[in-house]
Amino acid sequence: MKYLGWDELLPGAILFSFKEDLDKDASYILPEERPYAETNSHEAYVGDWRVMKPVYNRDLCIDCQFCWVYCPDVSIISRDKKMIGVDYDHCKGCGICVEVCPTNPKSLLMFEERIPNEEALAKWPEKE
Amino acid sequence: MAEKMELNEVEVWDGNMAASQALRQAQIDVVAAYPITPSTPVVQNYGSFLANGYIDGEFVMVESEHAAMSGCVGAAAAGGRVATATSSQGFALMAEVLYQASGMRLPIVLVVVNRALAAPLNVNGDHSDMYMGRDSGWIQLDAFNAQEAYDLTLMAFKIGEDPEIRLPVMSHQDGFITSHTAENVRPLSDDEAYEFIGEYPMVNAMLDLAKPVTYGVQTEEDWHFEHKARQHHDLMTKVFGKVDEVFDAFEKKTGRKYNIVEKYDMDDAEVAIVALGTTVDTAKYVADNLRKTKGIKAGVVAPRLFRPWPHEQMMEALSGVKAVACLDRSSPNGAFGMLFNEVSATMYQSDNHPVITNYIYGLGGRDFTVEHAEEIYSELVANAEAGKPTTPLQQFIGLRGPKLSFY
Ligand code: SF4
Ligand code: SF4
Repeated sequence: MKYLGWDELLPGAILFSFKEDLDKDASYILPEERPYAETNSHEAYVGDWRVMKPVYNRDLCIDCQFCWVYCPDVSIISRDKKMIGVDYDHCKGCGICVEVCPTNPKSLLMFEERIPNEEALAKWPEKE
Repeated sequence: MAEKMELNEVEVWDGNMAASQALRQAQIDVVAAYPITPSTPVVQNYGSFLANGYIDGEFVMVESEHAAMSGCVGAAAAGGRVATATSSQGFALMAEVLYQASGMRLPIVLVVVNRALAAPLNVNGDHSDMYMGRDSGWIQLDAFNAQEAYDLTLMAFKIGEDPEIRLPVMSHQDGFITSHTAENVRPLSDDEAYEFIGEYPMVNAMLDLAKPVTYGVQTEEDWHFEHKARQHHDLMTKVFGKVDEVFDAFEKKTGRKYNIVEKYDMDDAEVAIVALGTTVDTAKYVADNLRKTKGIKAGVVAPRLFRPWPHEQMMEALSGVKAVACLDRSSPNGAFGMLFNEVSATMYQSDNHPVITNYIYGLGGRDFTVEHAEEIYSELVANAEAGKPTTPLQQFIGLRGPKLSFY
């Protein structure tokens, strides 16, 4: 992002969320279709803050949306009440989604960041 | 729709009621407040107005002054006209959030009824809280009586909310001496007052969902300096012109004239007191008497706007004097008083170099008497004749025990 001089800044250090004015309330536009501004935190990669990552298992998930509701960082991606996966650009690895997942075995589990997701899925635990 | 209040041409109001009425007439969207002596009646009266149908806006009762100012920041960022009131410890508890408000350029109006800061605990008026606010990036206006508290609180909205300014404003008055003394106040009618302030000019509202905005961003060494510089620039260059403009418009409407730096008997004055608050009226009374009885060319100078600091106006006001006493009603705790420092810095750049001395007085509500002012003027006359200080540079006045002075 280009560094601006003090005279080029908006007073109040405010940042507009979108590149252009929307013709409707942003909540009616899917995130992937919103014209995010460069300064929107959506555009910032903060995945390297994470030590453990949640891995998602589609085969077990019942789309209850608990993880979506509870994620403190809006990093669970869900469309039309169908769980899609984890936004690894923003997920901080807190594990709350795993805590609240009600299936047995869980449909979200924490793994070390370095383990590829396919490998994690291959060693998913059995039903208890 | 809120009911209008029928007001008399002259009302008998104390400073708190004067401020409450100005807040009511401003048709504020959100007041978030927590009570503290001596400013409690400002929001208490406001609550009564609301309960009696004179106010449409929201009144949010919160658990502390920190929460009060936080509520104000949230509501102002969301896009509404916002105000609150506080004093002393409550002001201190707001301190963190004061910087948030000014940094986010939210034009909140804060009525500050000046009171001492503990310890020892004290509910009376001095200027410790007002001084504490001076680096917070707010515009600070100081009233010397109830009429001015009313007028300046109204004008605070118009100054701070201007889209060119967008800065929060404190409207100060002295605890008890102004806030609890009933005086004649000439208010505007509700319609006139609202017409003068105008509709709230909404700028970059957070809750404009078609154009949402992030408030309260984090910046580090890569951006922080530029944002602070922008705010300082706007304080230093934009506020004076706007304050003059609003003062002029107010004079046209009411005939009451305000100046960024107030001057009394300064045309030919050789000695001057620089002070804030109710002390200004005492000094005026004494200056006038000394002119009549002793022929002393005494004057008074008072910064009506004391943040941003009116460097040029102060230099002009003191351009002809030989000796100046800067009176500070706040313990400087290890330095000269604020007014002494600011006036000295300003006059060092002037062609005129008066003798400048500092008096600390009135802490915790201690009376500042006519005799005190007379004593100061007589020391100023001696300084003016000698062309140098004949007293220590900093003296405590009205204090029991051995004379306390420094340098
Ligand atoms: S680990 Fe935490 S941040 Fe990441 S998706 Fe789960 S709840 Fe959200
Ligand atoms: S909480 Fe578990 S089951 Fe529910 S939607 Fe999330 S992953 Fe699926």
